[in-house]
Amino acid sequence: MLHIYCPHCCEYREEEEFHVKGQAHLARPLDPEACSDKEWGEYLYFRKNPRGLHHELWVHAAGCRKFFNVTRDTVSYEIKEVYLIGEKPSVVAASVSAK
Amino acid sequence: MSDTNSVAIMNQVPDAAAGVRAESPLHHADLATVAHKGNKIGGVHFREVGLMGHLTLRCDPNNAELIGAAARVLGVELPLTPLSSVESGGTIVRWIAPDEWLITVPNDQSFDLETRFRAEMSGHYSLVNGSGGLTIYQVSGENVVDMLKKSTPVDLHDSEFPVGKVVSTVFAKSGAVIRRTGANEFELLVRRSFADYLWLWIQSASAEFGLVVEA
Repeated sequence: MLHIYCPHCCEYREEEEFHVKGQAHLARPLDPEACSDKEWGEYLYFRKNPRGLHHELWVHAAGCRKFFNVTRDTVSYEIKEVYLIGEKPSVVAASVSAK
Repeated sequence: MSDTNSVAIMNQVPDAAAGVRAESPLHHADLATVAHKGNKIGGVHFREVGLMGHLTLRCDPNNAELIGAAARVLGVELPLTPLSSVESGGTIVRWIAPDEWLITVPNDQSFDLETRFRAEMSGHYSLVNGSGGLTIYQVSGENVVDMLKKSTPVDLHDSEFPVGKVVSTVFAKSGAVIRRTGANEFELLVRRSFADYLWLWIQSASAEFGLVVEA
């Protein structure tokens, strides 16, 4: 079980209170009508599946019901960072490989 | 009259004079008889506080005007610290989310409180009367923490869960808003549709300690 820090409740809770909502930072095209089928299809259906760092959207479903972002290592399951919607992650692939 | 004041509100409290009978979600369990016939001593005590007025308030916590108006209506400041609650008279205000609070008052005051909110507050906010959908279980006793530990993953140790703290969490296969009201006293806010299931769960989870039902 993961022990996840909710940035809204400001404390750690058990994983069963949360749901993962997939890849974070998906920006809807500003003008969908101007998209090619390929661009729209990639926005709608295609997601990253990295080995290593992954930025994900989570929701504290049984708690405050708020969304937030999590940076997680898909190999070790270690949570590197938790940050609010609208914020930029400080732990990114470049910063980890530089270590 | 502003738009927000034209919201239709109605008194949801059943009118006893008109012959409408109010039944709490555990009405069918007949707790009065269970309390009379059941254990008089045990490690866990259970009581249903049904038919309270439950109001959900949502507004921007950074909007000083709305927060101030809510404080004037309630007589106490909204708790802005996560997982906290305030109590004044019979009114309890619980932090649910950064922009959401759950207020309980004695049922006969809920219509009056809702009317005053509509009169005092204007702008972007939401107030919903969910009285019919919720009920409160008060659980206490020397083994109450042992019983709760079987039901929820939340850390209930005194250092992590002081008196007055409120958490929304999973409880058994359902959910509950748990608030600590004393060293060995908790209040569970549960949905009406799960009330019977959780009452059965609590009976089962308390069996080894002895369950005392109060009514």
